[in-house]
Amino acid sequence: MIDVNRQGEVWVFAEQHNGHLEDTPIELMSRARRLADTLGVKLAAAVLGNGARDIAAKLIHYGADKVYLAEHPLLVAYQTNSYAKVIFDLIHKHKPQIVLYGATAAGRDLAPRVASAAKAGLTADCTDLQIGDHKTTDGDTHKNLLFQIRPAFGGNIIATIINYDRWPQMATVREGVMPMPEPDVGRKGEIIQEKVQISQQDLPLEILEEHKRPKKVNLKAARIIVAGGAGVGSKDNFKLVWDLANCLGAAPAATRAAVDLGFIDSDHQVGQTGTTVRPSLYIAVGISGAIQHQAGMSGSQKIIAINNDPGAPIFQIAHYKILGDLNVVVPKMIKTLREKSIKEEKAEA
Amino acid sequence: MAYNCVVLIKQVPDTKRITGKAMNDDGTVNRSALPAIFNPEDLNALELALQIKDKFGGKITVITMGLPAAGAILRDSLFRGADEAILLTDAKCAASDTLATSYILSCAVKKIDYDIVLCGRQAIDGDTAQVGPQLAEKLGVPQITYVEELIELNDKTITARRNIGAGWQQVKAKLPVLLTVTADANEPRVAAAKKMMKYKNARTPIEVEQKIKLENAEAAEADIKKLAEHKCSELEKKGLLIKQWNLDFVGADLTWCGRNGSPTKVHRIQSVVLASKETKSIEPNDRGISDMIHELIEDKIIA
Repeated sequence: MIDVNRQGEVWVFAEQHNGHLEDTPIELMSRARRLADTLGVKLAAAVLGNGARDIAAKLIHYGADKVYLAEHPLLVAYQTNSYAKVIFDLIHKHKPQIVLYGATAAGRDLAPRVASAAKAGLTADCTDLQIGDHKTTDGDTHKNLLFQIRPAFGGNIIATIINYDRWPQMATVREGVMPMPEPDVGRKGEIIQEKVQISQQDLPLEILEEHKRPKKVNLKAARIIVAGGAGVGSKDNFKLVWDLANCLGAAPAATRAAVDLGFIDSDHQVGQTGTTVRPSLYIAVGISGAIQHQAGMSGSQKIIAINNDPGAPIFQIAHYKILGDLNVVVPKMIKTLREKSIKEEKAEA
Repeated sequence: MAYNCVVLIKQVPDTKRITGKAMNDDGTVNRSALPAIFNPEDLNALELALQIKDKFGGKITVITMGLPAAGAILRDSLFRGADEAILLTDAKCAASDTLATSYILSCAVKKIDYDIVLCGRQAIDGDTAQVGPQLAEKLGVPQITYVEELIELNDKTITARRNIGAGWQQVKAKLPVLLTVTADANEPRVAAAKKMMKYKNARTPIEVEQKIKLENAEAAEADIKKLAEHKCSELEKKGLLIKQWNLDFVGADLTWCGRNGSPTKVHRIQSVVLASKETKSIEPNDRGISDMIHELIEDKIIA
């Protein structure tokens, strides 16, 4: 158990696999930098692996003042127990006040194990982090706490969670909710090589086989997304979504309902249980706009909603509201876009 | 050889079927707007335990920490084939966060002889997926999270396939072990009619007491207690008394339970308000759509 300390650093667990740094810790760096600056403390990243010095250097470019580098042959592949033990030992030694993890499969497997060992608080799947003060019911004020902000009750409420009496303050943060920072290759920082004490006993699992399957679509990187909901009606009719996406060079996406109905693969799912996206343009086709879906797309710069139900909640967050039959509207949009590109080709010729 | 399984289940508000306003005006959660159900992925955990029992034999114990109303999901578990059900209920459990919950559950699980502990991946009210791994740490056993398929179980070792986000991994571990099970792992079986007949009158002591209180509103506390004890011993003889444990019984240190044992506290709860931005209505005809597309091109939203 770690006592409250105001000088403690802000840490990011820099998840890497086979020398590849995951996106989520990079996304976390910009916000963590802001938190550290607000608190007036250093931002550090913790990297575990074997031969991860290049990653440590990269993390400095993304904003870290310090990188704690824990290298050991037994850390080459992620395992819950070995990684939890090393992170726990590092936390115990350096006493950070905040430790952040990406809410990836590994992050959500690791962080609770560390929290349990450290008897520390942990908030899952945050979508926002801030620094703020909390007044208890007894009238005590705790200053400069980490506000761990997350949706709960299936996205129907937003809860702000704090912990003030036992530290570190830990949270996992949803993938894709924070923008990627630009690396600054001129940035200088300190890489600290840590001694690692683990043995074969800390690896109770035997990894027999592993298959990485790259996602069929990179929704996070898409500038334009065309998403379909249950209102599209059938897998055949979902072709409309694909066609419109093709015209725009956009990524095709879907709601959970459309995925559950088998219209499209779950790699394309946007929402609370899917990917969080923030494209320049989001076209919602036959999507009613359940709160769980909005949680994954309301950060889009512009939203076009096409729906024949005037009461669809999606209209309340849309910039362009098209009340009408998607089977009429989408073909008209495709036609307009095709005519435009033909005109341009002619003009160029 | 047979394997003993402990399945941890939770009664949750059905957050996907909200029938009214989710929030009261005072900012608390309006539980009456949310029907209580068996947490979906806990059903997948129970099904996996049942499949293990069908193939290898062994005993399935189901535990829930919750309010007296959670007796409903314990009965449901018996209907589906669990051998024993335990309600862990105590006013001192209130306001437990995931850390305190995992501590309390670990005290209960340690009282049982087990080979495999199974949890659902996550509960739909909090979606944290934290209690499983925290419980594994407290029990000092390895965890296999996001289990999609049980590949092999023999000679006190388990091989399972787990989802790792973009792909899967096949891992092997020595028992005892804790698994968190995903919805993809199986299709939970429905209640068996025979078992429903057998267990429909199974009750927890607190349910017995509440019913007697309701039927004898005027009776003295001592008499109600007596009546309840009598009814419970009757049920027990028929094998219909669902076990009920409290924190004292499982030997939990109150320092680590409830609000005291919970490092995380709620600072603020806000109802989700749909952002009202400026919305432009577009006519669903050629002119409207063409104008909109040209506007988006001018704004450099579309190339």
